[in-house]
Amino acid sequence: MVEFRMPSLGADMEKGTLVEWYVKPGDSVKRGDIIALVETDKGAIDIEVFDDGVIDKIIVQPGDEVPVGSVLALIRTEKEGVPIVEPRAVEEPKPEKPMTKPVEKHIRVSPLARKLATELGIDLSLIKGTGPGGAIERADVERAAEEKKIVKPVPPEEEVSPPVTTQKPPADLKARMRRAIAAAMSRSNREIPHYYLETHIDMSSALRRLEAENQKRSIKERLLPAVLLIKATALALKDIPELNGYWVDDRLEVQEVIHVGFAISLRQGGLVIPAIHNTDLKSLDEIMEKMRDLIIRTRSGHLRSSQLTDATVTVTNLGDTGVETVFGVIYPPQVALVGFGKITEKPWAENGMIGIRPIVNATLAADHRATDGHRGSQFLETLNRYLQEAEKL
Amino acid sequence: MTDSEIKEIIFKLLKEIAPEADFSEITPNENIREVLDIDSFDFLNFLIGINAELGIDIPESDYGQLRTLAEIVSYISARVNLNQ
Repeated sequence: MVEFRMPSLGADMEKGTLVEWYVKPGDSVKRGDIIALVETDKGAIDIEVFDDGVIDKIIVQPGDEVPVGSVLALIRTEKEGVPIVEPRAVEEPKPEKPMTKPVEKHIRVSPLARKLATELGIDLSLIKGTGPGGAIERADVERAAEEKKIVKPVPPEEEVSPPVTTQKPPADLKARMRRAIAAAMSRSNREIPHYYLETHIDMSSALRRLEAENQKRSIKERLLPAVLLIKATALALKDIPELNGYWVDDRLEVQEVIHVGFAISLRQGGLVIPAIHNTDLKSLDEIMEKMRDLIIRTRSGHLRSSQLTDATVTVTNLGDTGVETVFGVIYPPQVALVGFGKITEKPWAENGMIGIRPIVNATLAADHRATDGHRGSQFLETLNRYLQEAEKL
Repeated sequence: MTDSEIKEIIFKLLKEIAPEADFSEITPNENIREVLDIDSFDFLNFLIGINAELGIDIPESDYGQLRTLAEIVSYISARVNLNQ
């Protein structure tokens, strides 16, 4: 029997509220299936299962708030004699919800409806809006919530309290998210001896490549410079692996996979850092699509648990706001944060000549327990090299 | 297509990105991205919306001409009315 526990969706999470089960006892589940919705300081998160098996028993009921690590359900696994037709190792689970198709447009939704949908755990992409221009309004979400209750059969022996009554108002979510960020960042500043390095990178070659590429594309398929920066960061981390990992139990655990966490700010305040899995192996198009998906999921409150749990490094790109340099605070237990400012035209001297070039300031905030400045500077130099050979990205 | 019709479409698209914004307070010559705190992803989505609604494909090299409400309206107006 495997215990399915309340996952920790980051160092700053202490507890979560189970909002809804998508499965009942007797249901078969596969690794990567979304089986529950949990309300956390980061909003409502879809929780995935990590084993193939059959749901044996539901332990925590909707509406219950439990600490990280609490057993939520028991799962009978294959070893225990449950036939599993096609066990597959899902490296990155194929999401089954329509939300994961490359979304070309924002879902039109009123702010009130969005908040309500987040609270009720309703997938906005599944709702048909009846407002102006097909916009989803409060009434549409309420209707969807009603239908969901009717359609989803609840096993008779399970007494399910309506999740609605246990939900806290959104203002409280905002306050809790602020507190969660405060806790993680305080821990970071308290425990991590940061060192900071900065370098200026000539983006001419990278932007030329991007421009040439974008000229060939329709507007929907265009790439943003952030995609190049993220890909180059992932490749540089492959060369300097000590910056890609966790500081746990007084030692560095280098991670073999590179999951770049990408800081996404929320309009209402706060910050969520979902991960782009295996960033180094993805094409620029795949990274762009992934970022689009993550931004929409983050802002509509429907991230999957694996997208929040396993970033091995963080990238923060504040270029849009106009700042030139970012001095980041590492998200524990990670050991590095790479920051990018605005790409700005600057006078640039090279080979005895002065020219005007688009320049980005790239910074590294790294954990001095895990690496030293020499290794950190090699990372920034490697990052620079990849951006000078942007055709290889 | 009149300027006010174009403006209506622009506001509708911006409303999806910045639902909390009060568009009556935006003056024609303010930088929209700064006023509404629109990042490059949202801006691209806005242009994709313009493309879907009005059929105008805006090349990347023209992004610099689309900073203020007045600029966006006149850019769109020049192209939409040419097509008609």
